[in-house]
Amino acid sequence: MTETHADFLTLLAGILCVLIVASGIGYVLKQRVAPDGTNATIENLNARILAWWGMTAFLAVAFLAGRGGVIALFAFTSFAALREFVTLTTRRASDHWAIATAFFVILPAQYLLIWYEWYGMWSLLIPVYAFLILPIIAVLQGDSRNFLVRISQMQWALMICVFCASHVPALLFLDIPGFEARNVLLIAFLIVVVQLSDVLQYTWGKLFGRHPVAPSLSPSKTWEGLVGGVASATLIGTALFWITPFTPLQAAGMSLVITLAGFFGGLVMSAIKRDRGVKDWGHMIAGHGGFIDRLDSVVFSAPLFFHLTRYYWSLT
Amino acid sequence: MTRSFLAWITGSAITTFARLITAVRAIWDGSEPVPMQRVYFANHTSNGDFILIWTVLPPTLRAQTRPVAGADYWLTSPLRSFIGRDVFKAVLIDRNAQDRTQDPMNLILEGLDTGASLIIFPEGTRNTTGKPLLPFKSGLYNISDARPEVDLVPVWIDNLNDVMPKGKLVPIPLLCTVTFGAPMRAEPGEARKDFLKRAEAALLALAPAGDATEEAPA
Repeated sequence: MTETHADFLTLLAGILCVLIVASGIGYVLKQRVAPDGTNATIENLNARILAWWGMTAFLAVAFLAGRGGVIALFAFTSFAALREFVTLTTRRASDHWAIATAFFVILPAQYLLIWYEWYGMWSLLIPVYAFLILPIIAVLQGDSRNFLVRISQMQWALMICVFCASHVPALLFLDIPGFEARNVLLIAFLIVVVQLSDVLQYTWGKLFGRHPVAPSLSPSKTWEGLVGGVASATLIGTALFWITPFTPLQAAGMSLVITLAGFFGGLVMSAIKRDRGVKDWGHMIAGHGGFIDRLDSVVFSAPLFFHLTRYYWSLT
Repeated sequence: MTRSFLAWITGSAITTFARLITAVRAIWDGSEPVPMQRVYFANHTSNGDFILIWTVLPPTLRAQTRPVAGADYWLTSPLRSFIGRDVFKAVLIDRNAQDRTQDPMNLILEGLDTGASLIIFPEGTRNTTGKPLLPFKSGLYNISDARPEVDLVPVWIDNLNDVMPKGKLVPIPLLCTVTFGAPMRAEPGEARKDFLKRAEAALLALAPAGDATEEAPA
C-alpha cells in the first residue's frame, strides 16, 4: 500500500495546490469585479471551486477508509442523485411502491453486489431485473395513465444515477497485473481528468468561445471551449499516466474518450433540464445546483472507462 | 436533565432523517430568519409538515418555535407523547369540540404569551382533495385579533405530499422546499372573511408555478 499512498499523496498535493490557486483567483476576481456577489460568472466559478474542495475532501476520506468507504460514498451519491432525478420525473401516486423499491431495494442491492464482486449480477441487475420488476410493481396498482412515460423515466433515472454511477467504485475490483492494491488511483484518474475537462471547457469557452456547439441546448458550450478543454484535459491526463496502468499514449487515448463522453453527458443532461424547465437539478448548496449538475460528465464516462480498462487490462 | 438530553437527541435524529429524505431547503421570500415572535401558518398535506418547517428554522429560532397540534394524535402513546411534548414542545389542543375542557384558542394565546413562536395549519385538517388549499378556519383571524402585535408569516411547503402520501408507510425521497413569505397582520377594522381571504391568497402566492409533480405534462 505504501507506493499507492505515496502516489495518492502526490496527486492530492497537486490537487490541493490547484485548488488553493483557483480559490485565490476566485477571491481576487470577486473582490476586483463584484464584491457584492452580483457577477453570475464569478459566483458560478466560486461555487464550482467550493464543490471541488468538497469532492476532494470526500474522496480523500473515502480512500483512507478503503473499499467500504468508497462504496458508501458512491451509494450515497447515487441516492442523492436519484432523489434529484425522481423529483423531476412524471409520476403519480400509484408509483409510490415502485419508486420506494428503486430507492430502498435496487440501489442498496447494486452496491452490495459490487462489494461482493458479483460482476455478472451487478451488470444485469438494473438493465434486466429492475427493468422487468418495476413496471410489474407499477402495473399492479392498476393505473395506466401515462404508464409508458412513467416507467421509462423511472428506468432512466436508475440507469443514470445508480447503474452508471456505480461503475466508479467497481473500478476498485478490477484485477490488473502489476497494479495490485492501486485501483483507487483509477478512480482518482477518471474523476480528475473529467472534472478538469469540465472546468477547462468552461474556461476556454469563457475566454475564446464564439461558436456554440448546440445553441438550442446549452448556449454556454462552444466549439472553442470543447476543443480547448478536451485537448488540455487530455494533455493533463497523459501527464498523469504514472498513477495508472497505462502507457502515456494509452493514457492520452483514455483521457480523450472520457472527456468526450463527459462532454456529451453534460449535453444530454442539459437537454433533460431544458425539457423539465429547470436551471439546476437540485440545491445541494443553496442556489448552486445539485449533485447531478456536478457529476453528469463523470456518470457518462465511468461505464466506458470501466469497460475499456476491464477488457484490455484486467484479468477478471 | 436526562429527559431533555433524550429530547435533544430525538430532535436531531428527526431533523437528520427529514434532511436525508427531502434535502429540504428554506427560501426566505419576504421575511428573514430573525428571532421575532411570529405565527407561521402553512399548507397542510402531510403529517410531516411541521417537521419540515421545524427542520429548516435555524436552531435558535427552532428552540423558540412550537407547533400547534391535535392532542388526540399526540397523546395516544408514550412515545408520541414524548415526541409531541418534549421534542417539539407542541401546544396540544383538543380538536373534539363536544367533550373538551379547555378552549383551543386560550391554549394558543397562552403559548404566545410565553414568548414562543407558533406553527399552525389554518386549513384545520390535512388537505387530501387535490386542490392547492382548503378555505381557512377562523383561528388565524382570532389570533391576530387577540394579539395584533404578532406577525403572521405564510409558509408554503412544497412536494411533501408526494414524499409521504396519506396511508403509505414508507416515504420516497424527493427534494422539498419551504418558502417563507412576507409577514402580515389583521388590519384594524378588517372583517374576518376579508382577512382570511387575504391570508389564503398570500400563502397560495408562494406556491411554485407549474411544479413537476403528479400531473406534469408528458
